[in-house]
Amino acid sequence: MSPTFYLYLSAILFTIGTLGVLLRRNAIVVFMCIELMLNATNLALVTFSRINGTLDGQVMAFFVMVVAAAEVVVGLAIIVSVFRTRRSASVDDANLLKY
Amino acid sequence: MPTAILASGLNASGPETAVFWILAPIAVIFALGMVFSRHTVHAALMLGGVMLILAVFYAAQDAPFLAFVQVIVYTGAVMMLFLFVLMLVGVDTKDSLVETLRGQRFAGVIAAVGFLLLLFTGIVNAGIHGSKGLHAVNYADNQPARGVQNAGGNVYQIAKLLFDRYVFAFEATSALLITAALGAMVLAHRQRHTPRLTQRELMQQRFKFGTHPTPLPGPGVYARHNAVDTPALLPDGSPSPLSVPASIELASQKQGREPRPAELGSAAAAHHPSSGKGQAE
Repeated sequence: MSPTFYLYLSAILFTIGTLGVLLRRNAIVVFMCIELMLNATNLALVTFSRINGTLDGQVMAFFVMVVAAAEVVVGLAIIVSVFRTRRSASVDDANLLKY
Repeated sequence: MPTAILASGLNASGPETAVFWILAPIAVIFALGMVFSRHTVHAALMLGGVMLILAVFYAAQDAPFLAFVQVIVYTGAVMMLFLFVLMLVGVDTKDSLVETLRGQRFAGVIAAVGFLLLLFTGIVNAGIHGSKGLHAVNYADNQPARGVQNAGGNVYQIAKLLFDRYVFAFEATSALLITAALGAMVLAHRQRHTPRLTQRELMQQRFKFGTHPTPLPGPGVYARHNAVDTPALLPDGSPSPLSVPASIELASQKQGREPRPAELGSAAAAHHPSSGKGQAE
């Protein structure tokens, strides 16, 4: 089976993640969509690794996972502290810098 | 090695194609469901499903190590963190469906479709035909060298790359993880503005302002009713409203379930026939 299909699936999942970031207003759901985009990229990297016959792509995917884990920790801490001060997890409510 | 068996079993073209065409549509449906579900918990569960399916795809593509890391790190740690924060922030915070920017949804969908077309064009233009496969690389030096069993394999080869060519990135990763842990602690830490009250001060406050200095009575526990929304009975047989927490009382009223004083009265009579009757009369 041609590995190109995995690339198409990866592109579709990445686009769905982008769509979620554009459409949703709940900060946690936006964050989940970002995780989906990272996962889609990982799938593409693993597929590239298979196409090229080297393991470098898999090592890249491994580093993406590590960075994603760190990003989730910091991002969720930010969401919790924003929720604590503004009592809302909506990204529309965090608009103090706008005015 | 079960992972090798799993990977090699899926690598035969037929089963892999079947697995892909069964799981890929499910992954897309889950991803769409995540974007369009109103409940945040549903979205989190669907994202977990997508991550598990991606782990299967990694296993099918000669990446058993990443498949297991995906399950452990993403569905294990990251999704649990998400659910934890969901519970902390409030599960029932729903998105408002009002558009704050006019036409944002339509523009977003158009942009997403355009982006997808762009990506597809790129993949088609890349002209990828076939793949070299990783089996040869994964089992490059598969001799049990110096008494080490299963010396080759995916994990061994990734470790060789990670601690050799990418060792600097690996070390930088450790700095990143420590910084992230520190950052999370700093962000989630709450500064205490008032000094912590001692037990003595708490006691004095309770007697100064409080109308009920003693602890409130606990909820009723009877032979047939063992729930926190059942009020306790006072010595004269009447239910005590203080024994039910206010929030639970509100919730049970919302569900249309009133505390049943009549039932409670009969229960009390059954339990304490002498005291109940004597006090009532």
